[in-house]
Amino acid sequence: MHEFSITLNILNIVEENAKKLNAKIVHEIEMDIGVLSGVDYEALEFAMQHTKKSEMLENAVLVINKIPAKARCKSCDFEFGIDDFYTPCPECEKYHHDIIQGTELKVKAIKID
Amino acid sequence: MIEKTKINKTHSHVHEKDQHHTHDDHSHNRVVQIEQDVLNTNNLLAQKNKGYFEAKNILALNVVSSPGSGKTTLLEKTIRELKNEISFFVIEGDQQTMNDANRISAAGSPVIQINTGNGCHLDADMINKAVKKLDVSNNSVLVIENVGNLVCPSLFHLGEDFRVVVISVTEGDDKPLKYPNMFHTSDVCIINKIDLLPYVDFSVEKAKEFAMQVNHHLQFFELSAKTGEGMDQWYDWLKQKRSKL
Repeated sequence: MHEFSITLNILNIVEENAKKLNAKIVHEIEMDIGVLSGVDYEALEFAMQHTKKSEMLENAVLVINKIPAKARCKSCDFEFGIDDFYTPCPECEKYHHDIIQGTELKVKAIKID
Repeated sequence: MIEKTKINKTHSHVHEKDQHHTHDDHSHNRVVQIEQDVLNTNNLLAQKNKGYFEAKNILALNVVSSPGSGKTTLLEKTIRELKNEISFFVIEGDQQTMNDANRISAAGSPVIQINTGNGCHLDADMINKAVKKLDVSNNSVLVIENVGNLVCPSLFHLGEDFRVVVISVTEGDDKPLKYPNMFHTSDVCIINKIDLLPYVDFSVEKAKEFAMQVNHHLQFFELSAKTGEGMDQWYDWLKQKRSKL
């Protein structure tokens, strides 16, 4: 949820960094967004397309790396892929794991000139 | 395997990772790594709040739940019972009205009401400002009663020491599975309104089991803010956490 306010945050981060780098145009914004980050990819796409941007950003292409989620079982140390918060460990079947990947929500890189 | 999706403003469809899409590619383009968390601004402010609380030895709690789980009643009761032992300060969050702040004030605690209007959660900046207006004392307990919402507040750290999620027995025991983000990011789970158990199909054991599936660190309290049943364990926890600071 909050994909519009998240979009504003993304654009602020990109603009701030692009200005520091003396960029004229931002061509691409690369994001790492985990499948368990709480962000809806389509809603973010919609928000990006419908948010007014400065000249520097208006043609920037958004590239999203959908980071898959992984957990590590604290009982048997097994690492396994997950799609949700409540899948048990396939090795020992316990619900005793930490999420080690998949909640990312970051601006990874920008392509500028 | 990481799936890459390109979203171009000038097109209305999404590109899957193997499709090639040409753009004007100037040879002097450079790619610069940023690696910045999108919720960075809020997280930084939350850390600032946390530092402020630590410096003043304040125990800060972020209380979250659906609307109607009994957060305010729980707080009123807690303040009335413990106000001679603990100095409470409360930040109330609602879309509109001063109703909750008025109740807390009547219970005997300094309180400030934040009205978010169309906003659906409290954020670190709101707390930063409210704490200064409220002039929270050293060695006190600050309780932030968040906007009733089991979805949005989960993303927004406020600088709290503990996040307390409250569910009532009238809400269905599968609540933790339906709203996993909130339960996953909480430290304590209070099951409220246990006086109503004879009238609802709610299994406390199942609710705890589901919650543990989503977050095995959760600590549980089963109580009724209305009748007082089970409140002692909650009071003990509060006193213990406060004295540990």
